[in-house]
Amino acid sequence: MLNIGLTHFLTLAALLWTLGILGIFINRKNIIVILMCLELMLLSVNLTFVSFGAFMADLAGQVFAFFILTVAAAELAIGLAILVLFYRNRRSIDVEAASQLREQV
Amino acid sequence: MQSLAVAIVLLPLLAAILGPLGYKLGDKFTQLTTTGLVSLAALFSVVVYFSLAMGGVEAFEVTLYHWLTVGNLDVTFGVMADKLSATMFMVVTIVSACVHIYSWGYMADDAGKIRFFSYLSLFTFAMLALVSAPNLVQLFLGWEGVGVASYLLIGYYFHKESANAAAMKAFIVNRVADAALILGLCTAFVLFGTFGFNEMFSMIHTVPGLLEQTYRFLGHNWNVAELLALLLFIGAMGKSAQLGLHTWLPDAMEGPTPVSALIHAATMVTAGVFLLARMSPLFNEAPAVLAFVAVVGGLTAIFAATIGLAQRDIKRVIAYSTMSQLGYMFFACGVAAYGAAMFHLTTHAFFKALLFLGAGAVIHAMHHEQDMFKMGGLKKVMILTYALMWIGSLALAGIPPFAGFWSKEYILEFAFLNGTELGYFLYAIGTAAALLTAVYSFRLLFMVFHGEPRDKKAFKHAHEVGPVMWAPMALLAVGAVLGGFIFYDMHKVSWWAGAIADIHHGHHGEHHISLIAKYAPLLVVLSGIATAVWLWLKRPHLPAKLAEGMQPLPTFLERKWMVDELYQTIIVNPLAKLSHLLWQRGDVQGIDRFGPNGAAALMRWSARRLAVLQSGYIHHYAFAFVLLLVGLFTYLLLKEVL
Repeated sequence: MLNIGLTHFLTLAALLWTLGILGIFINRKNIIVILMCLELMLLSVNLTFVSFGAFMADLAGQVFAFFILTVAAAELAIGLAILVLFYRNRRSIDVEAASQLREQV
Repeated sequence: MQSLAVAIVLLPLLAAILGPLGYKLGDKFTQLTTTGLVSLAALFSVVVYFSLAMGGVEAFEVTLYHWLTVGNLDVTFGVMADKLSATMFMVVTIVSACVHIYSWGYMADDAGKIRFFSYLSLFTFAMLALVSAPNLVQLFLGWEGVGVASYLLIGYYFHKESANAAAMKAFIVNRVADAALILGLCTAFVLFGTFGFNEMFSMIHTVPGLLEQTYRFLGHNWNVAELLALLLFIGAMGKSAQLGLHTWLPDAMEGPTPVSALIHAATMVTAGVFLLARMSPLFNEAPAVLAFVAVVGGLTAIFAATIGLAQRDIKRVIAYSTMSQLGYMFFACGVAAYGAAMFHLTTHAFFKALLFLGAGAVIHAMHHEQDMFKMGGLKKVMILTYALMWIGSLALAGIPPFAGFWSKEYILEFAFLNGTELGYFLYAIGTAAALLTAVYSFRLLFMVFHGEPRDKKAFKHAHEVGPVMWAPMALLAVGAVLGGFIFYDMHKVSWWAGAIADIHHGHHGEHHISLIAKYAPLLVVLSGIATAVWLWLKRPHLPAKLAEGMQPLPTFLERKWMVDELYQTIIVNPLAKLSHLLWQRGDVQGIDRFGPNGAAALMRWSARRLAVLQSGYIHHYAFAFVLLLVGLFTYLLLKEVL
């Protein structure tokens, strides 16, 4: 039987996190995908907290996971609200359309 | 009495501050406030003057404000009221009040009345601040204040190119002199450690060896008293239009005529004489500078008189006459007869302001025609102005019992009694200038008022001025007639009760002057008037022929001895060339190119290149952010490990 230890959990979390951040960088199409990738990254961090909490027998890790879930929910609500407004203004949710931060020539 | 003296100085300031309210409340408000407040100041001045002159009140000093208190230095603003400043208070405020009233008529059709009256009051305040100064610093601030007011008023007709140029010229020429005055202030501070007049003068007499020191300045060792006196005198030369720094005064006639009467005849230009009288304890210690003052004054007197003889413009004739009379005052100072100089200053203020206002009346009547060759025959329509101009001219020429006779006679007498070669030289030059004065002032009178009208069209519209214009002239005429008696005591140094210092090795008091020397100037003046009568009344065609025969002298005089052309060639043009060079080569191609413009261009160039990084896509920024974060963590980890 394969012995599953802390390293496996942490490796999984790191893989999820990398997946999330690559999703943000490489994604050229859709802003909703960016939000989903953000969620993924937060969940990977959660996983890290929970596994540390379990393996080190410290409840603080579990408690922190709940905090992050709450904050993530709030953040997603705001993100979606911004997205709706963005869509109303632009009639699209393309990443390419969100380039207003640059000097407009 | 103290509050009266303070009020004299501050009332015109109040007028200048309230004046601009006329933009809300109407022209009449400004006219009434400024005229009213300045007239009130004039009333107070008369009270203060006579209280001091009759001996009822001692000289006093009021400190209003401690402006700078650094270590032992205490620069204050205040009012110093002794006989010297009280005399100036009276002269300044009376002439100013007359000019304010006169301007009601003269400026009646002008659109800028509010500006004009406010400037007049501002000038009056600055002049009073100057003469009431208890220390050199306040005097200097007032000195600059009158310069600014003069600039504003010369350039009053700002739509005229020539008026702007004249205003600039007056300011810039005065700047040359003021540079010397500032150096003088510095010298006084280094020497005395204070600016207060009373402190300085008491140090002159109590600290032994103070004035025997020498300072090195411009590669020459100067006796300190002489250096200080010379610097102050150069300052005075600019303001009082003495030979060399005089070129601005005739051009200043571009301003409205009431301004010429107030600033460029009666008050501001006499500030230099006042300065010398105020600093008399110092000047008495610098005999070499006094001699220089005397020579400059004497040369100015004769120089200006010759030019006055050949001018066409009625105001310029009077302007040169002013310069010439200022020359008299300075050479009186030069022989340490400050009392006589102040006496002449006072009487001159009355009759010269009268002459200017008379000329203004003529110009007003002739619809702004100033060329005397286009006037003539005006006595038929302007009998009142004509009579007043007679009084002014007689006073200027120095015919008894008019005011100018007494003061001018004392100046010449003091010069004669000086007993030195310089004194006799000044006496001769003063007498010659008196002859020319008589000729040109009566030339003006006869050309303007006698004979046939030369310009029929302008003459048809000519009319006598209204009471608002002739009443102030009449008031000044009273001064021009009676001034010699009212202010008679001024020529005695003792009368001034210490406000003017007596020269200790002088030979004053004894009036051992021969009758011939005493009355020669009068005879000369009478013959001058006779010449004028003969040339411009009896043989009106002779002057032109005479001028023809004496060419190129008359043209040379009309062109003002070519001084302006000389300055243009040796100073203005090279300076303009140098400035142009420095501007083009030094500023534009040097400092600007590598300095501000270069730095800006470098910034723009690098920003262009950096801006490429700024795509505007949030994920690019996030990528950079994460990359840096990873880099940072890697670094920290490696640092721990290694």
